[in-house]
Amino acid sequence: MARIKTLQELFKRYRRPGDIVFATLFLAFSVFLLTQIPGETVWANRTKWFAQPRLWPSVAIGGMVLFASLHFIGSLCSKRIPGRWREVGFWLQSFEFVAYFLIYVLLVPQIGYLPATLAFTLFLCVRIGEATPLNLGAAVVFSISVVVIFRAFLQVKVPAGHIYEALPDGIRAFALTYL
Amino acid sequence: MELILSSLSMLAQWDVLAALVIGSVGGVIIGAIPGVGAAVAIAILLPATFSFEPIVGLTLLLGVYGSSMYGGAIPAVLINTPGTAVNALTTYDGYPMTKKGQGHRALSLAYSASFFGGMFSILCLIVLSPILAMIAPHFGSREIFLAALMGIILVVVAHRGQVFAAGMLACFGIFLSTIGLEPAKYTKRFTFDQSWLTSGVDLIVVVLGLFAISQALLLLVDKEHHPGSAKVEGNLFTGLKELFAFKRVATVSSSFGVLMGMIPGVGEFTAQFLSYTYAQKTSKDPDLFGKGSPEGLIASEAANNAVPGAAMIPLLALGIPGEALTAMMLSVFYVHNVIPGPQLFQGQLDFVIALYLALILLNIIVLIFLLSSTGLLLKIIQIPTRFLGVMIMTLSFVGVFSLRNSVTDCAIAAGFGVFGLVLKRLNLPIVPIILGMVLGGIMEVKLRSAMARVNSPLDFIDRPIAAILFIVIILILVLHVRAVIREHKVRLEREEGTSETSTQQG
Repeated sequence: MARIKTLQELFKRYRRPGDIVFATLFLAFSVFLLTQIPGETVWANRTKWFAQPRLWPSVAIGGMVLFASLHFIGSLCSKRIPGRWREVGFWLQSFEFVAYFLIYVLLVPQIGYLPATLAFTLFLCVRIGEATPLNLGAAVVFSISVVVIFRAFLQVKVPAGHIYEALPDGIRAFALTYL
Repeated sequence: MELILSSLSMLAQWDVLAALVIGSVGGVIIGAIPGVGAAVAIAILLPATFSFEPIVGLTLLLGVYGSSMYGGAIPAVLINTPGTAVNALTTYDGYPMTKKGQGHRALSLAYSASFFGGMFSILCLIVLSPILAMIAPHFGSREIFLAALMGIILVVVAHRGQVFAAGMLACFGIFLSTIGLEPAKYTKRFTFDQSWLTSGVDLIVVVLGLFAISQALLLLVDKEHHPGSAKVEGNLFTGLKELFAFKRVATVSSSFGVLMGMIPGVGEFTAQFLSYTYAQKTSKDPDLFGKGSPEGLIASEAANNAVPGAAMIPLLALGIPGEALTAMMLSVFYVHNVIPGPQLFQGQLDFVIALYLALILLNIIVLIFLLSSTGLLLKIIQIPTRFLGVMIMTLSFVGVFSLRNSVTDCAIAAGFGVFGLVLKRLNLPIVPIILGMVLGGIMEVKLRSAMARVNSPLDFIDRPIAAILFIVIILILVLHVRAVIREHKVRLEREEGTSETSTQQG
């Protein structure tokens, strides 16, 4: 009994609410990967162990399972902290902004980098409750600056919007190159 | 002399100088804004630098890396909020000094100590470069494999109290590096028959997700936080004179910074901890530490600013990054087919020296900028945190999408963003994932080439450097286990005495 208590003490650790949820999910993910090793990697014939394609995924996943198990045990042995599901709710709230981000990504090739960026920053300002005239103005200036610096000046690879094709001749070439 | 002239001519181009100024001034501003930090900025800028010459891209990133900690001291000293994570220790003595009405003195000392630390580390590197150039050719495949393995072990054991989490995340990083087509046999690994996984998971996409998008999500979802207002009055040049009174602390702290910067996986926090402990133990006034001690402030700032220069050593000499920021810089080298390692010191020493000279210039530019523009920076740090989230999210798009115009990359980065947010909320480390990804790839390639010339296991460590590295790895593991057992015993004794429950683990 004393030995079990000592082991429990050894695994106790500092943690935050939601730790056990993460520890469980990560361990489950690691075990899932472990079961997939035979199907997702190859053991090549007439090849030494150090050159096997399966070696490093196995080492990595083996380590994940080992450490994730120890982490999970540590979480089980430590005192329960209230607020676990509230924390999970916080994580899930981030998916709303991920959705906005992906919509922005899909919009850029359609309506163009500048219009999409303006729409994205202005919408987010409204969504987060920061839609003061100062912030909206700052969002417009910021959007234009980002497009000018990255697309026009640094020439990073961002596709021109399909909508620009409909612009009059004089502006179209400019928009396709710089906006 | 010819070498230095060649390096100077490399630097004396308008695009290099522009990158230096933009990087250093931008780095200070980014560092001064709580919630951004150098990692976020470098992750965003990284793809943009791929179109530059290597020296231009690296100068820009080095500028951000080397100067962000200078800027991070401003909110740490004046509003008790560290601009970057490594400025947390600066709040211990910086903010109490501000409360005593010595804000300008604290800032001035912080700038001066940072400058001293930065310059000290570069001078050390210039002195050490010829030695490195001699040693580096002796690093073959097995030595690089062992050094990479040591880096992984160090980054895991350096996370005291989170070793299991660091271990599982480092292994996750190694796993990520194996996804896609295996480079020797061209067999698929963990692609689940999905074409978008065949080319593997891009390091930049993961970096942007874990550092930039996660930070944006955190700021957007969390409650609004308005940084407190602050102003500073008085002469900021006085610290340069005052630093001479504490030159011993500044020198020892900078030395710790250099030493810890050179060891992969250790970095600023250990350097600061050792410096602060040294400064307190040798101080005539140890009780003042944590209540506004100038020595404590100097120890913290000199140590953390000595790290960036030194962290370039394992990167340049062996091609092994010691932490996340140098791991990101490694990709700039790879994109331009410049392979860091022994051959870089042998064949392109002028390039290496040009980088060191750029670091010197960067420190001078930053000091001048800070001494003249602190008032302006105090206005910038007032940006509402949720608005900052909007800005980071918008900039993250450029970083990910400009890589190869892939919506899938953006979705993967967003996924890692959520994962990073969870890790940040749980206070779990992100750096082991990045180092696992980079060092895992290096270990796989180097083990394969090293073992081809090895007959028995002992042959692997029959060369002097390999043997030393192997002994060091064993020592690190033994010392870590010993420290954990000792801490556990102390904790049990304490608990028997107080019957309180501790939650710390080694």
